[in-house]
Amino acid sequence: MSIALKLTDLSKSFAVGRRLFGGPVGHVHAVHPITLEVPQGETLGIVGESGCGKSTLARLLVGLIAPTTGSIEIDGAALDNANPAIFGKRIQYVFQDPISSLNPRKTIRQIMESPLKRLHGMGKAERDRRISEIFASVNLREEFLERYPHEFSGGQAQRIGIARALAAQASILILDEPVSALDVSVQAQVLNLLADLKAEFGLTYLFISHDLAVVEAVSDRIAVLYFGSVVELGPAEEVFRAPRHPYTKLLADSAPVVGRPLKAPEQKGTELPDPLNPPPGCAFAARCPRASDRCRAEVPRLEAAGGTTQVACFHPLT
Amino acid sequence: MSGFLKLLARNRLALAGGIVMALVVLLALVTPLLPLADPDVTNTGARFQPPFSEGALLGTDHLGRDLLSRLLWGTRLSLAVGFAAAIAAATIGAAVGIVSGFYGGRTDNLIMRGVDMLMAFPYILLALAIVAALGPGLLNALIAVAAVNVPFFARNIRGITVGLAHREFVDAARLSGLSNARIILSEILPNVIPVIVIAMSTTIGWMILETAGLSFLGLGSQPPQADLGSMLGEARSALITNPHTSVVPGLMILIIVMSINLLGDGVRDALDPRLKSGALSRPMAATRVDRRGPVPESAGQGLLEVQELQTQFHVKDRVYRAVGGVSLHVEPGECLGLIGESGSGKSVTALSVMGLVASPPGVITGGAVRYEGEDLIGAPYGRLRDMRGRNVAYIFQDPLATLHPLYRVGDQLIEAIRAHRPIGRREGQARALELLKSVRIPNPEKRLTDYPHELSGGMRQRIGIAMALANEPDVIIADEPTTALDVTVQAQILALLDDLRRERGLAIVFITHDFGVVAQLCDRVAVMYAGRIVEEGPTQAILERPLHPYTARLMACVPELGTGKRRLEAIPGLPPVVDRLPKGCAFAERCTRAQPDCRKGEIDLYRAGPRAVRCIHPEAPLQEAAE
Repeated sequence: MSIALKLTDLSKSFAVGRRLFGGPVGHVHAVHPITLEVPQGETLGIVGESGCGKSTLARLLVGLIAPTTGSIEIDGAALDNANPAIFGKRIQYVFQDPISSLNPRKTIRQIMESPLKRLHGMGKAERDRRISEIFASVNLREEFLERYPHEFSGGQAQRIGIARALAAQASILILDEPVSALDVSVQAQVLNLLADLKAEFGLTYLFISHDLAVVEAVSDRIAVLYFGSVVELGPAEEVFRAPRHPYTKLLADSAPVVGRPLKAPEQKGTELPDPLNPPPGCAFAARCPRASDRCRAEVPRLEAAGGTTQVACFHPLT
Repeated sequence: MSGFLKLLARNRLALAGGIVMALVVLLALVTPLLPLADPDVTNTGARFQPPFSEGALLGTDHLGRDLLSRLLWGTRLSLAVGFAAAIAAATIGAAVGIVSGFYGGRTDNLIMRGVDMLMAFPYILLALAIVAALGPGLLNALIAVAAVNVPFFARNIRGITVGLAHREFVDAARLSGLSNARIILSEILPNVIPVIVIAMSTTIGWMILETAGLSFLGLGSQPPQADLGSMLGEARSALITNPHTSVVPGLMILIIVMSINLLGDGVRDALDPRLKSGALSRPMAATRVDRRGPVPESAGQGLLEVQELQTQFHVKDRVYRAVGGVSLHVEPGECLGLIGESGSGKSVTALSVMGLVASPPGVITGGAVRYEGEDLIGAPYGRLRDMRGRNVAYIFQDPLATLHPLYRVGDQLIEAIRAHRPIGRREGQARALELLKSVRIPNPEKRLTDYPHELSGGMRQRIGIAMALANEPDVIIADEPTTALDVTVQAQILALLDDLRRERGLAIVFITHDFGVVAQLCDRVAVMYAGRIVEEGPTQAILERPLHPYTARLMACVPELGTGKRRLEAIPGLPPVVDRLPKGCAFAERCTRAQPDCRKGEIDLYRAGPRAVRCIHPEAPLQEAAE
């Protein structure tokens, strides 16, 4: 299997407290260096809680922001200057809020035409043909093309968002919480559509979500993100069933599951570490029941921990 | 467009202004065709003729020129200059504002500081300085008036653009390969045009006035050319002896500016989406009640009993039946789950209990809500207010939106207590501290003096719960209290709510869309679809054996942790819109078990033992399931 997406030491830090003269007050490391390979045709799930760097990572991957360090390779070709117009042909993005990702003053046809016109330079007749094809594959009626975004329900708007991403003919789609704004019954429709499209066009997905059950249901592998770093990476059926990292275990124990009695897995009112002043060692050490002195002094690297799972922890669970 | 014109015409003053303005513009347009005397030909023999004299309808001025002719030509010129200045100011200002707001950072800083410098000069002084530099003349006056108005547009438009530039559709356009210039033209501009129009409609009258002002000072139009300002200026010396020479242009200025301002206000109101949706009309303190038909008798069930509740939204000529006859009850120490998708009416049911549905457009049209047997629908506002928070308290989804951002959380807690009990500051402080401890906030002494933004989402929701507990209510209605929270925090909050109801015997109505949460927290559950309860019963029984096809299908849609990668069940189609509910079962369209009799007529909620289902072809026989 060929490698569709390869990240080498990709990181992003933002300067905060910009002053008129002199440098910024400090830096926030939103994404710590990440090295990752995603094979062609895989769905890689990325889970994490708010503030863990999921969205920054997604925006890095599509070239909306420039990385601080590291590089992105797609199908073996490096893309190093952040330019959405170049990234757009290879990697596309499906947004969380389907309605606000569509310009309220454009018809669906105008929205669908821009990637065809700008990225591929297609003529009018060819564009129309392509739009018909795409609309057929996402089960939308062509009469929708002349309408405006506010006339659609969330589920329909998300199909339009997916159709737009498909129009760019990119082989990799970044799905950033694509169903979290949708109702449960509609959520399943969209997830199944995504699975069908993947099979039909041989796509590779990066599926970002905070909903563990959804991620588990759609992914081949799952990466767990905490405080800007991947703390665990492994096959979907393994990660939550047999978590290796204490944080993954905390996540899995916190998810409401039918038939499991209610208990708070973590009684301490602990909060995320301060991003401006990160702890010297493992970011999770303060919340971790297994933390030792080494954890508080040294940052663990992501390493193979038996089988196919990789974990960034000095004292992984077995 | 026709909708906009209709909205505009509904505003009587704006309509009047529009008609007057249209007449003035029409008159100005046809001036060259009218049989008028030459406005600039002097006839010193016929100076200061009064109005209605032979050959001069409005009289003549100090040089014997025909006033009517000068008035019409002058109006024509004033309007043209005013409009031109407004368009120039709007175009330049909008361009500056969009560029500054879109690029942000240094560009923004440089441009906006420049604009600030322009604004630091007194208005008329700046205009005078520009004209003084360029020399007098109508064109230079136009430039001056446009220049002093540019900052107003630039700042306005920049503010709007900053908000738009970070919207997701702009990112989407970037990914579609659009360049920055194209994004500005095709994504940003169409969205700021309404704001430009609004800003223009409210300033154009002012600009006409300013141009007239400059002409009045002799810096605008030069003799013998007439505009309204210069006519006034020339007539000034004869103000006492021949007042008609100044009254005539003065009246015209008044008419123009008044009509433009009235029209402009109307345009603003009709275009502003916030005003259209009625955001500025203050909702009533309690939901309007318009009960037709008999009030149901109390069945004496539960601490809080909702009976056949109907709540509707009346928007224009449409009636949305958000809640179409909901009955439920909750006992002390019990947790009732109310589950449903968006638009199913679960939140409106909850808000109707204490009359918190915004009116207009909300109206409670039937049923009863009984608290210890007392009917609260139609209760006087004083009674409702007395009960809100003290007997029935709410916890909402987004604690950031429900806490006041400018007050310390401790003060907000004390305020909540004081709404019902007159207590001193020291006592209030102690009670607030106690409340924070009871919701297990670490380091509560310090947290009392924090502002809401200094707390994490989980901590804020704890404050929300503490506030709901402040007056020791018997019933808590929690509307999706954990939906906005991370899963680790959600588990903590759910555990806290569970402990509280066991310790204090609280009755909780827990509204959610998540079966996992319901399963862990609730004793009984009611499933809502299209404004009605379709199934009710003990949580365990429903999860094991759902009776209504909707419940069964909905449960199948929910992915469950620990079952690996798989294809999910989906329910095809969408829930019906509640202003066009189908006859019979609302779910029939999407149901695989639907028979022709499902669509015939009203389907009752059949009860057997603890279970109830609104279906005539349930997944399993009701009697059997109830045993």
